[in-house]
Amino acid sequence: MTLPTQIQAGPRVRTISGNKGLQIEEPLIFEQGMKGRSGVDLPAVPQHKDRLGGLRRKGEIGLPGLSEPQVVRHYTKLSQKNFAIDMGVYPLGSCTMKHNPRLNEKVARLPGIGDLHPMQPVSTVQGALELIDQLAHWLKTLTNMPAVAMSPAAGAHGELCGIMTIRAALLAKGDARKRILVPESAHGTNPATAAACGYEVDPVPADDRGRVDLAAFKAKLGPDVAGTMITNPNTCGLFENDIIDIADAVHAAGGYFYCDGANFNAIVGRVRPGDLGIDAMHINLHKTFSTPHGGGGPGSGPVVLSAALAPYAPVPYVVHGKNGFDLVEQGGEALGRLKGFHGQMGMFVRALSYMMSHGSDGLRTASGDAVLNANYILAGLKGEMTPAFPGTCMHEALFNDEFLDNTGVTTLDFAKAMIDEGYHPMTMYFPLVVHGALLMEPTETESKDGLDRYIEVVKGLAQRAKAGDAAYFKGAPYHTPRRRLDETLAARQPVLRWREQGASVQENKAAE
Amino acid sequence: MRYLPLTDDDRRAMLAAIGVPSVDALYSDVPQAARLTAPIDLPPFKSELEVERHIGALAAKNLGAASCPSFLGAGAYRHHIPASVDHLIQRGEFLTSYTPYQPEVTQGTLQYLFEFQTQVALLTGMDVANASMYDGATATGEAVMMANRVTRRSRAVLSGGLHPHYRDVIETHGKFTGFEVVAASADAKGAEDLTKLIDGKTSCVVVQNPSVFGHVHDLSALAKACHDAGALLVVAVTEVVSLGLVTPPGEMGADIVTAEGQSLGVPLSFGGPYVGLFATRDKFIRQMPGRLTGQTVDVDGKRGWVLTLSTREQHIRREKATSNICTNSGLCALAFNIHLTLLGETGLTKLAQLNHATASRLADRLSAIPGVTLLNETLFNEFTLALPKPAAEVAEALAKKRVLGGVPVSRLYPSDASMRNLLLVAATETVSDEDIAAYEAALKEVLK
Amino acid sequence: MSDIRYSKDHEWVKLDGDTATIGITPYAQEQLGDVVFVELPEIGKKVEQGKELAVVESVKAASEVYAPVSGEVVEVNSALSDAPATVNEDALGKGWFARLKVADKGQLSGLMDEAAYQKYVEGLH
Repeated sequence: MTLPTQIQAGPRVRTISGNKGLQIEEPLIFEQGMKGRSGVDLPAVPQHKDRLGGLRRKGEIGLPGLSEPQVVRHYTKLSQKNFAIDMGVYPLGSCTMKHNPRLNEKVARLPGIGDLHPMQPVSTVQGALELIDQLAHWLKTLTNMPAVAMSPAAGAHGELCGIMTIRAALLAKGDARKRILVPESAHGTNPATAAACGYEVDPVPADDRGRVDLAAFKAKLGPDVAGTMITNPNTCGLFENDIIDIADAVHAAGGYFYCDGANFNAIVGRVRPGDLGIDAMHINLHKTFSTPHGGGGPGSGPVVLSAALAPYAPVPYVVHGKNGFDLVEQGGEALGRLKGFHGQMGMFVRALSYMMSHGSDGLRTASGDAVLNANYILAGLKGEMTPAFPGTCMHEALFNDEFLDNTGVTTLDFAKAMIDEGYHPMTMYFPLVVHGALLMEPTETESKDGLDRYIEVVKGLAQRAKAGDAAYFKGAPYHTPRRRLDETLAARQPVLRWREQGASVQENKAAE
Repeated sequence: MRYLPLTDDDRRAMLAAIGVPSVDALYSDVPQAARLTAPIDLPPFKSELEVERHIGALAAKNLGAASCPSFLGAGAYRHHIPASVDHLIQRGEFLTSYTPYQPEVTQGTLQYLFEFQTQVALLTGMDVANASMYDGATATGEAVMMANRVTRRSRAVLSGGLHPHYRDVIETHGKFTGFEVVAASADAKGAEDLTKLIDGKTSCVVVQNPSVFGHVHDLSALAKACHDAGALLVVAVTEVVSLGLVTPPGEMGADIVTAEGQSLGVPLSFGGPYVGLFATRDKFIRQMPGRLTGQTVDVDGKRGWVLTLSTREQHIRREKATSNICTNSGLCALAFNIHLTLLGETGLTKLAQLNHATASRLADRLSAIPGVTLLNETLFNEFTLALPKPAAEVAEALAKKRVLGGVPVSRLYPSDASMRNLLLVAATETVSDEDIAAYEAALKEVLK
Repeated sequence: MSDIRYSKDHEWVKLDGDTATIGITPYAQEQLGDVVFVELPEIGKKVEQGKELAVVESVKAASEVYAPVSGEVVEVNSALSDAPATVNEDALGKGWFARLKVADKGQLSGLMDEAAYQKYVEGLH
């Protein structure tokens, strides 16, 4: 492959507007607003008795006024400054950026689903409760676990639910215990969750194969250990092959096994967590079951539970009553409630739509393809880059930055150069146990052709780095709406909202 | 399978390149006993049409709140969502993008979050807001934990007008992180005095405005009582449209304001996903949970945005993070942001007036029915009625007549017998004169 | 500068009477990168040797600053709140964090002098 040699991205042509063709500069809504303008027409306010008790807002709120076409253009232009799965390979390891089927969006908006109020009489929402029950059945069957708590709003919320359930179960036996064992490679949410539930976090080292060091793990077990939180497949993209021994050991010590299910997408239909001795695991519906990430949420994180933990689940939950489905909203004194209303229904619909579309056979194929794609990347790149661990991987391929030694190029620089090539960067510097980590997760969404092109480009970048072209990498990206941003400035002098000053210039312009 | 691009030929070629005989061989680290060899006992794949029919049939078993006169509130409100909101949030560049950790390719998300933060700060009358949380209830739980950090105290006082789900979420956190919760008894009449519950150990007082029973309160005196005792005032708002008309909590002395943002741009969707708002004073920024977007410049000196102050967060701080939260409610925050941008100052003000007018007219009509009493002196778009019969039975009977007449208070306070006959009734701009007439007629019949 | 002592956690301490001025070393600030925030202890707080005294944050990391000696906080460098970059610019001078009234001066003898610390840092590479 031939690579361009010039460092600058072609001659820099200055436009009058500052726009660059399809890259159009877009001010804040506050800089485009005009008093009195609105993008919504509302009927006249009828005569009525004022019942605000004198608490009417006095001054202006300060919101800008825009018409509907201005609003549509504003957000369309903003959207064009984003990379998305809809545009190309998004190999963000540990985040599972897979295709988001539009059927899911359609069914979530059906009348009778999108317009259901959470506090309607249960007799009027039987279909909704049945849908939740069906999704719960899929989740329990795929994991071989007897119960599931549906209400957690995201993965980290599911972790909170799981660890609280464990604490409640231990308390019922008379001792909540003190420590939770968490591998050093864990997602940051794991130690944060354990701490939020009043536990001390005891880190467990990884062995030289990127797995939990079983001997070190066993040595840390004791009567004050409440349990462990382990991601499997783990954050290095590897299956914890000692997992059953780990589960047995933690159970023998009287503790519980929480599995971070962030990477369940690698094993759906092929391995059931219930067969591995797991007591609780959250499932990120927004990863494994394709509900959209939406620029950072909303997520949904149902938690499957073992028989030992099921009695300590939070409210609410759906039950089969004598007049059809019923919703238990009170009780559950051990844990209580974690969220308003009943959970992320909009995400439940999407996830069920995805599961039914694949079916049992399709889900198994999808996880196999995700693992196959990751291994294809690993095999394609291992000549130019340095895999963190020998052997094959699960759904994501992990490299360290040894291949960049003495090039002057860092993992961050390498990632920024990928942006110019039209790819979203892989996950960087995570997991922490690997130096300068580069974690790539293609998911089953990518075709072989697409991966071949991706591998060519990433190899080309590795060659370019080794050829001593560090300056190119340091300056990247060149072709984005904004180039590298000053994060130090943002943190030293936080500007977290727009304020009035400076706006007058824009307003005058618009008035002319 | 329509979502999977690999063909069998592709798979064979790829396995050869990797040097393994089969996909199953890639699972060799899985203990043999746990490896499944056949598909799990669940239905096989379905076409798009079949899936749509299946879910459509489930939807058809429900009575959608948009298909009949509907007066439900209690923390979730049916409002009209302009068509452009749903169109814009479904643009793939928003819908299928991840958290904006790579600012160069996510300026779109970062800019709308910055606008969202500004809108929330303006609405609540506070200095700063974060980029959203799961929902109003969890945001309020986080507010209490933040107040505990700021004051280094561990006793939260909860108003009897706070939505019981919010109260329960706070109590759950209290149980597991070890702080004390003093919950005042249910305040259906809006007459409680919380000042006597505040002492030197109180970290915060949490009050909802308008309250779950619909009362609108002036919180200035309560704010002063909190501050005199070294405690913070946390104000929760479950109906954000009210902030278009009612004095914002920031002007009444609140230190933290949380809100359920569902009313702007987010469909009811049976309770979620929604969007939690969280705003506070500048001096507390470092103690604030959740993601924050900040303004900066790029290497060419152009203005841009990045996620900032992330050392507070779990991916860096791990067990010392301010919260375990990883995600926000990005797409719902976008819907909120777009809906509020469409409304603007005049639109929001008028929308709030319409809501108030409709609810006030409805209150007049319903409370004129013999045996029905309005408990509210003040209200925004929701109020409490005392009925001559158990409210749950009335709501059920009304639903049979295709009127979703309100939320029985007993559903929120099941163990409190004094609440049995109380019904929460909300009316938004979606309620027409015909809807009001239909409700009035149906209620008269049910109470006959 | 020879009266400055260093800890293995990269704090420095300088004794003046029974008051110890504490900061982080030039090596530590270099490893952290641009300092964006410093969380200082409250005056009157009693800290033990080796326990958390302050927190220093860069864009991507938050690190605890441990007390190299035990004592009671008598003064903090509140100028760092507005100008955290001072830690980068003058780690051994204006970038100091806190002053402690030292409980046991003997603890200083367990710390490294400049030469020993230089050697220690070189050994980290």
